[in-house]
Amino acid sequence: MSVINVEHLYKSFGKNDVLKDISINIKQGEVVSVIGPSGSGKSTFLRCINLLEQPTEGKITVAGVALTDPKTNVTKAREKIGMVFQHFHLFPHLTVLENLTYAPLKVKRVSKAEAEEKALALLERVGLSDKKDSYPNSLSGGQKQRVAIARALSMEPDLMLFDEPTSALDPEMVKEVLDVMKDLAQSGMTMLVVTHEMGFAREVADRVIFLDQGLLIEEGKPEEFFSAPKSERAKDFLDKIL
Amino acid sequence: MNLDWSQIVPYIPFMLEGIWVTLQFVIVSIIFGFIVGTVLALFKISSIKPLRFFADAYTSMFRGTPLILQLMIIYLAVPQLTGYDISPFLSAILAFGLNSSAYVSEIIRAGISAVDKGQTEAAVALGVPYRQMMIDIILPQALKNILPALMNEFITLTKESAIVSTIGYLDLMRRGQVVGANLYRNFEPLLFVGLIYWGLVMVLSLIGKWVEGRLSVGD
Repeated sequence: MSVINVEHLYKSFGKNDVLKDISINIKQGEVVSVIGPSGSGKSTFLRCINLLEQPTEGKITVAGVALTDPKTNVTKAREKIGMVFQHFHLFPHLTVLENLTYAPLKVKRVSKAEAEEKALALLERVGLSDKKDSYPNSLSGGQKQRVAIARALSMEPDLMLFDEPTSALDPEMVKEVLDVMKDLAQSGMTMLVVTHEMGFAREVADRVIFLDQGLLIEEGKPEEFFSAPKSERAKDFLDKIL
Repeated sequence: MNLDWSQIVPYIPFMLEGIWVTLQFVIVSIIFGFIVGTVLALFKISSIKPLRFFADAYTSMFRGTPLILQLMIIYLAVPQLTGYDISPFLSAILAFGLNSSAYVSEIIRAGISAVDKGQTEAAVALGVPYRQMMIDIILPQALKNILPALMNEFITLTKESAIVSTIGYLDLMRRGQVVGANLYRNFEPLLFVGLIYWGLVMVLSLIGKWVEGRLSVGD
């Protein structure tokens, strides 16, 4: 069953064509890494999936809901699409626990007891139970990102989007976040991950897609892509970073 | 130097009553101005053009003309136009509230745009509707940043409230003038009233500091 289906996606900012004719189909439980040089449009591509960026053209269907259909209630549909940002974007005026219970309480309208119980279980899962009453600004980058992942999971999404989740972290904190993501991948979550962590793409992803200058240049299994990229551009890119 | 403080003693209760009279319409004006100002600020950042235009024109008008003129228009000119005999109290609230809202809307608009755009994105990505996001996520953060500017506006409003003495409203200022006229001595009552204004503003500043402390949790 396909969770994300993108057909002929185009996105332009003014005269600048950022995405050109991207089509992709992602199945339930699949982990897909999006890689490519900076400016290749990979973050924009990810942000189109939950319509944080409005596509110029094309059709996006997520979990059976046609997001690009003008009649669709996009706000409602976003509840089922978890997103993790490069810079965390935790709510600084709420405690860690409140960050996790806010959306379930106010959007899904579950009871306070239920929201807190689920939030505590999620904190346990990302190893931050002891931080439940802390404010985000007192946490390290790695801890913030783990809370951000837990916050996205608090809405029980059908899929998770990760926008360079480790790029803003100090090197020693990358692993704790990747470990949480690996655990999530193993639990069967459908994940679309824009990343510079080639290790993660190689080990965890089921599929790698390579974007350059707004075009989907190549896609394939990580072992094939990393050892024998088919396109010149992917070869160039891998030569530069590995 | 012929200061004689004993002469104003019989009038002290009369002047002290002015505190409550002044506070009454200042408090109502602040609340009124704050609510209208917030709505105007939301208009200013809205994607709907007529709303933006309205809010900008409104601000331009109320910031661009003297407060005393606005008060006179509401108290003297509106009855001529509508036949409704407007009370000084209502005129004062309208003039100060509407005027203050123009300033408050600019302060809040600046506060909202200073909140990290990522906050909006995070809320939107969680499926939080616009209204709820503004109330729970954006405005609390904006308010924290703009509190000093907002307090400044409230202090200005408290002091400028003395302008209502020109329409015969028996506020603190007017009472000082009345006592001065009765006694043929102005220095003592005016100084007395001045100390009370200063006291009111001090209390307001302290409240501001206290709220600022309360809001800085999480820093």
